[in-house]
Amino acid sequence: MKKKLLSLLLITVLVFSLVGCGKKAETPVDTTDEGTEAPETETAEEIKVAMVTDEGGVHDQSFNQSAWEGLQQAEKDLGVKVSYKESQQDADFAPNFESLLDEGNDLIWGIGFKLSDAVMDAATANPEQLYAIVDSSYGDNTPENVVGVMFKAEQPSFLVGYIAGKMTKTDTVGFVGGIAGDIIWGFDYGYQAGVQYAAKELGKEIKVLNQYAESFSDVAKGKAIATQMYQQGADIVFHASGDVGNGVIEAAKEQDKWAIGVDRDQNDLAPDNVLTSAIKRVDLGVYYVTEELKKGDFPGGKTITYGLEDGAVDIAPTSNKHVPEEILKSVEDLKEKIINGEIKVPYNEETYNEYLETIK
Amino acid sequence: MKQNKFMITLISIMFGLIIGGVVLLIAGFNPIEAYGIMLKGVFGNPKYISWTIIRSTPLILTGMSVAFAFRTGLFNIGAEGQFIIGSLVATLVGYFFKLPPVIHPIVAILAGCLAAALWAGIAGLLKSKFGINEVITTIMLNWTALYFSNYVVFWDKFKRPNRDASQKILESASINILGKWKTSEAGKAFLKTNTFLKDLLNPPLNYGFIIAILVAILILYILKHTTLGYQLKAVGHNKYAAEYGGINIKKNIIVSMMIAGALSGLAGATQVLGVSRETAILAAMEGYGFDGIAVSLIAGNNPIACIPAALLFGGLKYGGGKLQSTIGAPLEVINITIGVIVFFIAMPKLIKMMTSFKVRKRGEKVESIK
Repeated sequence: MKKKLLSLLLITVLVFSLVGCGKKAETPVDTTDEGTEAPETETAEEIKVAMVTDEGGVHDQSFNQSAWEGLQQAEKDLGVKVSYKESQQDADFAPNFESLLDEGNDLIWGIGFKLSDAVMDAATANPEQLYAIVDSSYGDNTPENVVGVMFKAEQPSFLVGYIAGKMTKTDTVGFVGGIAGDIIWGFDYGYQAGVQYAAKELGKEIKVLNQYAESFSDVAKGKAIATQMYQQGADIVFHASGDVGNGVIEAAKEQDKWAIGVDRDQNDLAPDNVLTSAIKRVDLGVYYVTEELKKGDFPGGKTITYGLEDGAVDIAPTSNKHVPEEILKSVEDLKEKIINGEIKVPYNEETYNEYLETIK
Repeated sequence: MKQNKFMITLISIMFGLIIGGVVLLIAGFNPIEAYGIMLKGVFGNPKYISWTIIRSTPLILTGMSVAFAFRTGLFNIGAEGQFIIGSLVATLVGYFFKLPPVIHPIVAILAGCLAAALWAGIAGLLKSKFGINEVITTIMLNWTALYFSNYVVFWDKFKRPNRDASQKILESASINILGKWKTSEAGKAFLKTNTFLKDLLNPPLNYGFIIAILVAILILYILKHTTLGYQLKAVGHNKYAAEYGGINIKKNIIVSMMIAGALSGLAGATQVLGVSRETAILAAMEGYGFDGIAVSLIAGNNPIACIPAALLFGGLKYGGGKLQSTIGAPLEVINITIGVIVFFIAMPKLIKMMTSFKVRKRGEKVESIK
């Protein structure tokens, strides 16, 4: 018996190794093929752009994926060559930037504010190399070879807040944040401002429940917080909390209440329960900067903030599924007002208090 | 005998590479090109070698942690949690304590080791007092460590505003090799003329690797030449015989877990003081401890063998990462390939079986191969 087993094992291993050898013999043909092709493309003075993701990877259904889509679009339209490198742990950031540097990329992106330190380190160590970072700003300290790309997240948050305020039947809505900080505050205060704007229009008071999950990944916590909010009477909950929001949407589905998605159109997660989404088009931001690079005027040394006027933030296109026509119409009017500066959407506590004064 | 073991490991590595190549081929990538990129990605430039060493350093220590506990018959799945505790405490000491250079990192490292040793000691205590399986307790302690670390990082005196990470450690706690000199004017000027050194020092090369090697020797010495080591091994071989021989099993289980914990904690501490300089809020485990289990397997639970095993593992991980941006292989395929290679390397038993089969056919004694 034992002998039989052994010989069986041996045979499988042998077969495997034979397959390995057989296939390997074919491969040199491939390499020579590529070898002859490669020089032709090299001569065309190609622009190479690459990006480093955080642990989410390029299939994170969120900003990493969006950024990669932007780069792929740029490859199609502008003829630049693009690639990416995913990080499996924080310690990967620095070596990833270095590998991409060695591969001769013209521009290297860091996606997400987690990478801002790594981009800064790489940029100061290699002043000749161009870098860009999404969702982070170094303010006046931005090196000449770096551009920061930010989004006016408060603007779409204001719009979804307005929709929530108009549509709530219980006069209570909720907000679930990820980790408190400048970025998430933009969502938070923009949303509250939108709700108050609607409340004023309707001449009633609307309560906003507000809680932070202190995580961008804890799905269970998101679900627990949202469930609690629904039990406290909220019928619409907006989240700006990455994966935590999947829990929020799940809670909405279970309790048959509304949730509002973030970053991308999250309606596909719960078609009957996601009212709308506050969209941040990271892909457009990445695309615009890459386009500038191709044109030869890289906007180094500053932070570019994209907003409604660039079409880089918006509400989800599927909003018309659940939101009544007339509300969407007034949303369009609000967009106009935000773009021409009539409404100044707040993005932190200070500006929010100023804003409250103006609508009194 | 030694020669044979070495040969078997080499054959296993060859097998692993071949089967890994098949995986790459199935996924539609040219394995020869891929292995070429990986080789170049690890040895192509002095700085790549530095990165590989940096990548491998924590794995040497977590690998030894798993291997050491295994010698006493304990399965330390908790290297991950001990790593987290070690790095957290090292960051705390590195940031809050104000100490002169050299002394500061030593204090931080010792504190990290001690904390992780106590952490692992919980599992050891539960095992020895109540007979609770250490596999279960260490796995649960991993999660406890993760959430505890996140909780501490959220402390507003410790968290860096607008980052999901703690404050950075003070410069005096750094264990980087020539860290200060590298960025000073004199250092920059010197390195400009010496490209080899410049490339080598460009990554955050640190003393962690040297510490790991010294500790490996120390652990080997403890196991081979001390009463403690003898007792620990005796408990591992046959705990009833050991007890009959007058060895205190309970005490030895706790001691073994604590030493294993200290090793993982040392890994975490050197990683913080030499590379990351901060503790990040973790969404999931980073995998240093789990990779340590693989390293220990490759090394056959031998502390010294953990060094080449970790270098191999770290090299595969670091070099493998380069496949993504060069030939566009997804991380999943790369990780499967690495997994297959490690799987084969960790199976010298199979290779041994195959060779012994051959011997048997020739009619020789099977024992000769052992």
